This record gives sequence, C-alpha cells and structure tokens, in this order.
Amino acid sequence: MSDEIKDVIHSRIWEEEATENDPFTAHACFCNGYNVYSDVLEKASYPEYLYLLFRGERPSTQVARALEILTIAIANPGPRDPSVHAAMAAGVGGSPAAAALMAALAAGAGVSGGAREVFLCMQLWADCGCKLEAWQKALHAPSAIGKKMEVWPEAGHPPGFAPYAKCCATPVQQTLAALASHLNNGNIAWLQQHRESLELVSGHPLAMTGVISAALIDLGFTPKAGEMLTLYFRLPGAAAHALEQGETGIRNFPFFAIDILNDPATNVDAGAKQ
Amino acid sequence: MNERETLDSWTGPLRTTMGGCFPGARAVYRGHDLHARLRDTDWLDLYLFGITGRRHTPSQLKVLNAIWVITSYPDPRLWNNRVAALAGSARSTGSLALAAALATSEAAIYGRQIDIAIADFLERAQRQCEAGTNLEIVVHEELKRNRGIGGYGRPVARSEPDERIAPMLDVASQWGLANGKYVRLAFAIEQILINGRWRMRMNYAALAAALALDIGLSPQECYLFGFPTFLAGMPPCYIEAVQRPPQATMPLPCSSIHFSGADRRSW
Repeated sequence: MSDEIKDVIHSRIWEEEATENDPFTAHACFCNGYNVYSDVLEKASYPEYLYLLFRGERPSTQVARALEILTIAIANPGPRDPSVHAAMAAGVGGSPAAAALMAALAAGAGVSGGAREVFLCMQLWADCGCKLEAWQKALHAPSAIGKKMEVWPEAGHPPGFAPYAKCCATPVQQTLAALASHLNNGNIAWLQQHRESLELVSGHPLAMTGVISAALIDLGFTPKAGEMLTLYFRLPGAAAHALEQGETGIRNFPFFAIDILNDPATNVDAGAKQ
Repeated sequence: MNERETLDSWTGPLRTTMGGCFPGARAVYRGHDLHARLRDTDWLDLYLFGITGRRHTPSQLKVLNAIWVITSYPDPRLWNNRVAALAGSARSTGSLALAAALATSEAAIYGRQIDIAIADFLERAQRQCEAGTNLEIVVHEELKRNRGIGGYGRPVARSEPDERIAPMLDVASQWGLANGKYVRLAFAIEQILINGRWRMRMNYAALAAALALDIGLSPQECYLFGFPTFLAGMPPCYIEAVQRPPQATMPLPCSSIHFSGADRRSW
C-alpha cells in the first residue's frame, strides 16, 4: 500500500534495528551512527550524549565540560523564578507531574527572562558577535516598520540583560567566569573581558540569559536549539520544587492579597464604567 | 545604570481591574459580580468579555461561535489533534492531552501564529488603503518584507478552495456580518494573489480574522479569541485513542524510521 511507504519518519539523528520477528521492538538503536546501548551507554557522559544528539558529533572535552557547567548553572532558577513558581503552583494542588512541567515550560518560555529571550539574544550574538559597535547599533535600532506581528508580547528590555537589576548578579558573573575557563576563544571569553562595556551600551546589567546565549552560540547551537535546551535545562529545579511544595501543602504556599480596584461591592461606579 | 522602575513598587497586594474571588462569599469578573450580574451569560460572551471588556450582540456571538464550529475537525492526523490522540494512546490524562494539543495549535503554518499575523496585516493594510495607498502596492510590500502572507495559501490541498469559507460566509450572511470592510479587503487581497504569480488562495484564517476585525476585535483580541478554535475536534481524537488498545494509535515499526545520517561508527 502506498500509505505504508509514505508513513515514514525521516531522521538524520536516529536509526533502529528491529528484533527478529518483532518489528515494533528495537534490538539496537543508533544515535548519529553510534550504537547507544552497546557503545555510548557506558562510555559517554550525559553532556557528551546531549551534544551528540543536537550537534551530530562528539564534543571535545572542553566543550562537554562547558555544556555541563551550563546545565548545572541553570538547572534550578530557584522558587522565585516564574517557571519554578508556576511548577510549584501545579505541584501544591496535586496536579499531574506533567502539568507541573508544562506549567514551568509555559512560564519559562517568554521573552522576559525565558527561553524566547535566549533565542532572541542568540540571534544578537550571531549577528553582533564580539563587536561592541554592532551591539550598539542592534540594541538601539528603531523597531522595523511592517514587521509581522507575533504571538510573543513585547519584552520591554534588550534580550540578555536584566530589566530591573542595579548591577550584574554575582551568580551571573560566577557562571560567566566558569564558562570562560573552558570556552576561551569566542563570545564567552570576549564577554568576560567586555561585560561592563556591553552593559553600558545596553543600559542594563548582564542577565543569566545573556550568558546562556553567548555560551550556546560558542557551543555551536542554533537559536532554535538554544531555546529548546534552555527550556529543558531549567526543568530539574521546577520538578524538585513542585514535589517539595506538594508535600508542604497549600496552607504554607503564598496566596497573595488582592486589591480589586473596580470591585462592585466597594465601588458603585464600576458597573457604569464597563 | 539608568533610573528605572523597581520591582519593589509591585510587591504587596495584587492590584487588578480584572477580578478575583472571595471564597465563601462571591466572585468579581471585570467589575461585575459573577454570580449576580453575569450568571446567565453565554460562555462565549463571557470569554469575549474577559478578553475585550466589551459585551457582544447575539448576531456577533453567532458568527464568532461559527468560526469555532466550522473548523472543529476530529481528525487525529492533524498535527495538533495528533498530540491529543497520542496522549490517549499512551493513556495520559484527558486534560494533559487537550492542553498540549491546544498549545500545539499555536503553530507557525496554521493556527494562532497565523491568526495574529493576518489580523495585524489586514488592519495595517486597511489603514494604508484608507490613507490612499493602492492595495496592490501594500500586498507587494508585505510579500517583499515577510515573504508570505499568513491566511493565504494552505499547508494541505494548496490548489483547492478552502472548504470552510463557503459555510462560514453563509453563517455570516445569515447574521448580516458578511460584508464588512475587512471581509471585503480579505477577498480583494485574494484576487491580487490569485491573479499574480503567487497563485495563493485565501484560507479560513484570513476570513475568520476579517470577520472578527469587522466585529471590532483587535489583532491581539483575535488571537486570544482564537485559542479554543480547534478544541472541539480534540476530545474525539483522545477518546477514540483510549478506546483502542494501549499504544495502538498510529503505531510505527522500527523500519518506519528512514535514517539518512552518519555511517555506523564506534565511540
């Protein structure tokens, strides 16, 4: 039947050999040419395997270590971060585990502190690289007229920089320094040298999203892959905190006070205004 | 650093004009008592009130409701519906299945990314035409700038007319809303694209956006209104997958992966 020929998944990443007499059970799985369970499993580190999945090749020792540092640095943005807060809001009510992670993904996806900000910042690193004048031009360019409207709201600040912070946060500087000790030729090394100049150009302190973006470009990832990896790398903290709040319970989880400015019970004009 | 607003000013009670609940007592929805003033509201009317802060007429609600109904396809091959079906096949929960399928509907080649882009373009094009620019020039410039116009052309059945347009126009005509300026504009753009070298027909997204704009929604409001558009087609996909044996919806044998990557090698 022609449908049988058509219903094929084309992949440059993954290949399987079926078990004899069982076409639905894999006997061997190959990732970019490597036998995953007979070869990679006991030889590769997790960052090496991740790199292989996304880049198609084994990383050098330096690159694998840099990727590992990155995954540790952003594995837990902490319970104040919107993505982790969202996961905790799901966890505290006993929602399914997947709901907690979906909540974390949604709240951690945006253009302000989220994975889309990393995507946009990676585009800037790809365009501007280590040229301060190029950053100056890109960050202060007027918005394009007639640009297609997108589903993402306005970020309100340049991608990669902290909108409210008064100075570059210590963990951001520490992550940058740790990455610079392994990535000594590209954007991260330049950023380590010129962070303060770049902050003056942007008018904001460097944020963790800026460090992540520079590192992911140095590691050879595309902005689309970088966006995915950022979402993924930040899930461990969301999961751990969701589980923790599930045990702590709603009585000990902030509910916040609310001030309804047009409450019909206190404001007789509210209905008329609508 | 520049002087700017601090987060300190946003701590404390959450200030809102959208509403909230007082457990054990009452709930407020955009300045109204939900259980007193709004309790008999049609759900779509309330949903739109939540988005726009405006109430809509019965005719407008009929047309907006039809926009959802006419594209509710319970076809599990469709990419967003497939997410619901696969979740059912794997015996995931119905809510997870539907939520993920709706999130998937925010696609670049169909669904929400197209909705917002075409609504915005129609609004910009209308403004430019009212300012005296020829529509052909507006269309050409848009194609030059953004390579395509969402809402024209279709990822499937490219040369066929979109089967949803005629019934949707029938409903809109029935309620006197088929001839607004944005609907006329959407058809005028189609003529330019068909007559030119692009050969692109209008698809349902352009008509839906045009109707919603004629009703008074902004592009952002069109986008949020569109969120449940495909929802009614999804539960049947999930349910039927759950009715099949576990993992038996669209099973793929190992041989269905066509590999074209690196040669076999050792780590």
